[in-house]
Amino acid sequence: MNEFRDEVLAARASGDCRRLVELIPYARMLGIDFHENAAGELVFRLAYQPENIGNPSLPALHGGAVGAFMEHAAIFELLWRLEASMLPRVVDFSIDYLRPGQPEDAFARCRVWRQGQRVANVAVETWQSGRETTIATARGHFLLSAPESATTS
Amino acid sequence: MAAGERLLGGAWWLLFGVPAVRRYFGGRFFDSIPHSRRMGLSVTGLGRRTFSARVDYRDELVGNPWRGTLHGGVVTTLIDQTSGAAAFFSRSPPELVATLDLRIDHLRAAEPGLPVHARAECYHLTRHVAFVRCTAYDRSEDDPVATGVSAFMRNGSVPLRLGFGRRR
Repeated sequence: MNEFRDEVLAARASGDCRRLVELIPYARMLGIDFHENAAGELVFRLAYQPENIGNPSLPALHGGAVGAFMEHAAIFELLWRLEASMLPRVVDFSIDYLRPGQPEDAFARCRVWRQGQRVANVAVETWQSGRETTIATARGHFLLSAPESATTS
Repeated sequence: MAAGERLLGGAWWLLFGVPAVRRYFGGRFFDSIPHSRRMGLSVTGLGRRTFSARVDYRDELVGNPWRGTLHGGVVTTLIDQTSGAAAFFSRSPPELVATLDLRIDHLRAAEPGLPVHARAECYHLTRHVAFVRCTAYDRSEDDPVATGVSAFMRNGSVPLRLGFGRRR
């Protein structure tokens, strides 16, 4: 996994978020990217594409696509912020759907409530054109260390 | 009008007792969803209150390129849609539903190369809410990859006269 660590550190050193997204095939497929805003927060974007529609008659984004987007956001947030030696592994993920997702770009922000040695608790919030209009929130736990690395470090 | 509706509802109920018919509509339901087509989700079974589907392993769905395992979000989408379908088809005629919440426990990574199956059961219905649980597995249902529980708002029957999957 050292190759992975090198890739992540190189991407962070260059400040180029896209390099991180390029590493994960499923993030590329969904159309995810992110950037660091003036306040130093990471803002994630799920670019609108017709393949992400889940209800063609409304139309609305697929709940699974929104959920997966938030899961990606939490993982990228952790990768970008901490000295990760492995890809954070999702333990559980809980999504609240507040409004149907409109057929347009969606944005997300994460908050790492607690980050311990082995596990992190992350909250995610997703909105669209109106920053105040949250369409979904999520909360998840992520494992940060591999079982074998517990003995080596 | 009301009698006509009732007749149509009865006809639908009878028709829906035939497994092949249920499966046909399950397949049409999945095919009508662009994201489902994109991910390659397919229906594998349809009971009175249960719904089974699967997603085939594909390179573009990988979340960990070093191990080749699928991303957790793939399982999220599979469970979300299968659970929604179980709620949708829990009544005849089917009911429009909106997801309230969904919690997924990722028990282990799915084995690279294998399809992931999901089986959802709508285990309780109240007047306004449908409760669904779902299990995702690769080799055996006794050894799950993930489990999910979700709640859906019931938004009324699909208007039958206007055809399947369309809204007034």
